[in-house]
Amino acid sequence: MTGLLVIRPGALTTVQDRGRPGYAHLGVPRSGALDSAAYALGNRLLGNAPDAAALETTLDGVGLRPLAPVTVAVTGAPCSVRVSGRAVAWGAAVRLSAGAELEVGRAESGLRSYVAVRGGLAVPPVLGSRSTDLLSGLGPPVLSAGALLPVGSAGPDPAPGADACGLPGAPSELLLPLRPGPRADWFTEASLAGLWRAEFRVSAMSNRIGLRTEAGTPLVRRRPGELPSEGMVLGAVQVPPDGLPVVFLADHPVTGGYPVVGVVPPGPALDAAAQARPGIAVRFVRSR
Amino acid sequence: MRTLVVGGDALLVELDSAAEVAALHAELLRRRGAGELGAVRDLVPAARTVLLDGVRDPAALGARIARWEVPPLAQTQGPLVTVPVRYDGPDLAEVARLWGMAPEEVPAVVGGTVFRVAFCGFAPGFGYLTGLPERFHLPRRDTPRAAVPAGSLALAGEYAGVYPRSSPGGWQLIGSTDAVLWDPEREPAALFAPGTRVRFTQAGR
Repeated sequence: MTGLLVIRPGALTTVQDRGRPGYAHLGVPRSGALDSAAYALGNRLLGNAPDAAALETTLDGVGLRPLAPVTVAVTGAPCSVRVSGRAVAWGAAVRLSAGAELEVGRAESGLRSYVAVRGGLAVPPVLGSRSTDLLSGLGPPVLSAGALLPVGSAGPDPAPGADACGLPGAPSELLLPLRPGPRADWFTEASLAGLWRAEFRVSAMSNRIGLRTEAGTPLVRRRPGELPSEGMVLGAVQVPPDGLPVVFLADHPVTGGYPVVGVVPPGPALDAAAQARPGIAVRFVRSR
Repeated sequence: MRTLVVGGDALLVELDSAAEVAALHAELLRRRGAGELGAVRDLVPAARTVLLDGVRDPAALGARIARWEVPPLAQTQGPLVTVPVRYDGPDLAEVARLWGMAPEEVPAVVGGTVFRVAFCGFAPGFGYLTGLPERFHLPRRDTPRAAVPAGSLALAGEYAGVYPRSSPGGWQLIGSTDAVLWDPEREPAALFAPGTRVRFTQAGR
């Protein structure tokens, strides 16, 4: 088994796979890669199993040195990719020799890049997943300089030309389809009607637990009082007392006590939310 | 019973009491075990609701569930776990005062109750245990502690709970246990799962 030595951990780099859904009843968040399509693409480019563990970076990339030859692919937020100082392709399989230095640069747009490795990262799984869960602390620790990430053995050679992928454009606005419910009736009709016209901004307080908003027209409660804690789904839009929506992402708590005004469907919209930088506009579009 | 669709693939069933939640949860587990429920990824009971996440047609499932006759839960239903406790918590005297008794009398109240894990949350393996009679329900502490030691037996509102690991917390701490509440290497990882019955015995007796 070979490994990747962490030279520069970056602002917040974690190991992610498809997470550990199915344990919510024990208080375990689902976790997993936030931009599910970018994560899946990395594994496809390398002929990996669809649940092979990869790295998820935040804004400023990561620096790694393989101890033995490995093949990697960088997807997600577009960024420069250099091997021992030489520019190589983003969004494609890149062969690294032992001791080479892989430098995944700062995101040019978006937030989170994915570094997939042929064979997958072989850190020990917890409840069937290698994902780092930042809410409850399950899974491997956040990357630190000097850490060694084991790499699994690769299967048969990947099919060549598995994917053609273009660079995503820099999103200037995040449009989130929202299906109202289950607690839309906790808000005044006027403020619900206003939700479709309101323009929020992505808050810098956003993280893997949730995308927080600011600066929009707050939702106004019709019902006072507290909601007894209830189960929360991925993409649930919770409204705390300040009236500013929070979109639950992969590390969200399994239960919550603030009313959920609606749900953003998992898939492209939540992937885009995972790449939304603080300050960009957020609007909700009524769905179904 | 009220059923609410949550997004494209989840259903929230709202009930009037914790007892109804426990009964519906048991019925859902029974029907899932018998293959009558269809695919459900997560079955998440909470205070007054059960969430069914990862279902195919939440509206149709909700209509089906609304027609069910859900039998009330028998007191003896569910696996029973015994947890030895030392009554050495820093809030034991305050809890005894609120209950109008001497601290030495607290273990009999707690030990005389068969609790049930109503739901989990807050942290992996943290169970919200119901069963204390209403006159023993307690407020949270005015000031939460920055660090509650792992294994602390705590009370707040209608619930009892044991902290699976050290974490901040505002519950009243009455005792401690060496029982391992959460171990992801163990099967099952959680000592307390929804529906499990729990009895606290006095350690060393």
